[in-house]
Amino acid sequence: MAKVTKDQVKKIADVARLDINEEETEVLVQQLSDMLSYADVLKDLDTEGVEPLYQVHEHTNVLRKDEPRQWITQDEALKNATIKKDGQFQVPSILE
Amino acid sequence: MSIFDYTLKEIQAKLHNKELTVTDLVAASYDQIDRVEEELKSFITLNKEAALAQAKQLDQETNDTNNPLFGIPVGIKDNVLTKGLKTTGASKMLSNFDDPLFDATVVEKLNDAKTVMIGKLNMDEFAMGSSTENSAFSTTHNPWNIDYVPGGSSGGSAAAVAGREVFFSLGSDTGGSIRGPSSYCGVVGMKPTYGLVSRFGVIAFASSLDQVGTITKTVEDNAHVLQAIAGQDPMDQTTVAVDVPNYQDTLKDGVKGLKIAVPKEFLAEGVSEEVKQSVLDALKVYEDLGATWEEVTLPHSKYAVAAYYIISSGEASANLARFDGIRYGHRSENATDMIDLFKKSRSEGFGAEVKRRIMFGTLTQSAGYYDDYYHKAQQARRLIKADFDQLFEKYDVVIGPTTPTTAFKIGEQIDDSLTMYANDLLTIPVNLAGVPAISIPSGFSAETGLPFGLQIIGKHFAEDTVFRTAYAFEQATDHHTKRPNLGGAK
Repeated sequence: MAKVTKDQVKKIADVARLDINEEETEVLVQQLSDMLSYADVLKDLDTEGVEPLYQVHEHTNVLRKDEPRQWITQDEALKNATIKKDGQFQVPSILE
Repeated sequence: MSIFDYTLKEIQAKLHNKELTVTDLVAASYDQIDRVEEELKSFITLNKEAALAQAKQLDQETNDTNNPLFGIPVGIKDNVLTKGLKTTGASKMLSNFDDPLFDATVVEKLNDAKTVMIGKLNMDEFAMGSSTENSAFSTTHNPWNIDYVPGGSSGGSAAAVAGREVFFSLGSDTGGSIRGPSSYCGVVGMKPTYGLVSRFGVIAFASSLDQVGTITKTVEDNAHVLQAIAGQDPMDQTTVAVDVPNYQDTLKDGVKGLKIAVPKEFLAEGVSEEVKQSVLDALKVYEDLGATWEEVTLPHSKYAVAAYYIISSGEASANLARFDGIRYGHRSENATDMIDLFKKSRSEGFGAEVKRRIMFGTLTQSAGYYDDYYHKAQQARRLIKADFDQLFEKYDVVIGPTTPTTAFKIGEQIDDSLTMYANDLLTIPVNLAGVPAISIPSGFSAETGLPFGLQIIGKHFAEDTVFRTAYAFEQATDHHTKRPNLGGAK
């Protein structure tokens, strides 16, 4: 049985900013369900009292000195953009 | 004997006494590329004109024979930024990313060592895959039999070294992406300790797991290359302030008295009989060299693949959010508004596997799934790391196969994600624990003639022990001297 619905898949795609058609939605319902079923092996694991480990060295708040330095110029920053105007990235209008 | 059979140190000696020039080395690389690239498809981008010019310039200088990398032709995985040289991550999303603004720290370090950039190597899109079939541009072929995959995601990096197109390469390893291809292609591939090598300028996949590493023909060469790229970098705050030892100092010290742990889970169901036998044969070699081994257990390793796909996909979904179509990368021409521009650019730019992982990563971090999957996977990671910590209290290294089987055929698994994911069964626990591991050639299948890889795992920052263990086996055997019989190969 599928573990996710078509509506859930569409909602997740929206959150992830992906445009998926009906056919892709159906495929993803099946594939994501299979992956969740596979991941259900974790349900057998007793993790009572186990702290999650997000990064092996468990570093926190590693900072470097806040010193200004030469990095890239405005022109360089724009170099790989498809559409630019007046030294800025151009995007579709966001105001009515 | 071909020029590619020399070690890096031997080449330095020959450059020094003028038996060879850097131009000879670079020309040899491009000659071999001309001969075999049509079969292998290791590269996405070549850098021929600039490389030959650089070679000419280096030939005006005298090499420092203490620098093993002077003038050496190198290939770099295409998820590592190279200033002014197209970097795509093997994605349509970055197929127009012609002019990266800076070099990754590892590239800067290689440039300082005066290596010569031959080109950028093929991979699975954004390093997601185990076969290099997920590249948006082409599928790389295994040099030992071009009907088979080279492994992935650093398939181009391993095939180019095995196929003698470059003298060494860099790859990245998030769940086995250096070790898997190195095993399938019969070369030496090292995934260092998490935090040893900078990832600044490497296109991020799963930041708590990603590590850059080295692919070479021999263990000694591998240690030389890692020496050059290791160390703390202020631009990657996950790099650790450790004193990197000189790996050559202990490389040849042998394995007398070395204590080896062999997890029974690494020789269990899912691992082919011939692969198991290759490991038992290797253990016999170690016994003869004066090491001892015992069977042990990694009780939580069976949870590793599930935990890995949840964690890595979750981190990937966040890391790949940067691809918006606006600042760089593919921009859709069909969008009506801002959100539509994001969605269409991303949907047109990403391939199926990348989309699947973004979806899975977003799903398992969403309300209703977070506790049962994402949180639970991070707890599993602590238990898997603790398993390794416990073994390293008593043993020097952990040994097993790198992959459950030898390489599979192109097309055989590409439509079955879960089967594809299982190829990384034996490499994934290493990334979750953050420990270093190498894959070295350990023989050839009697059935297919394809190489086996032996995986040697050490404790955090014990790359010196891993190299020493690998070197002892390599020198006691002749697997690393075998070469694939490519159509055009000399």
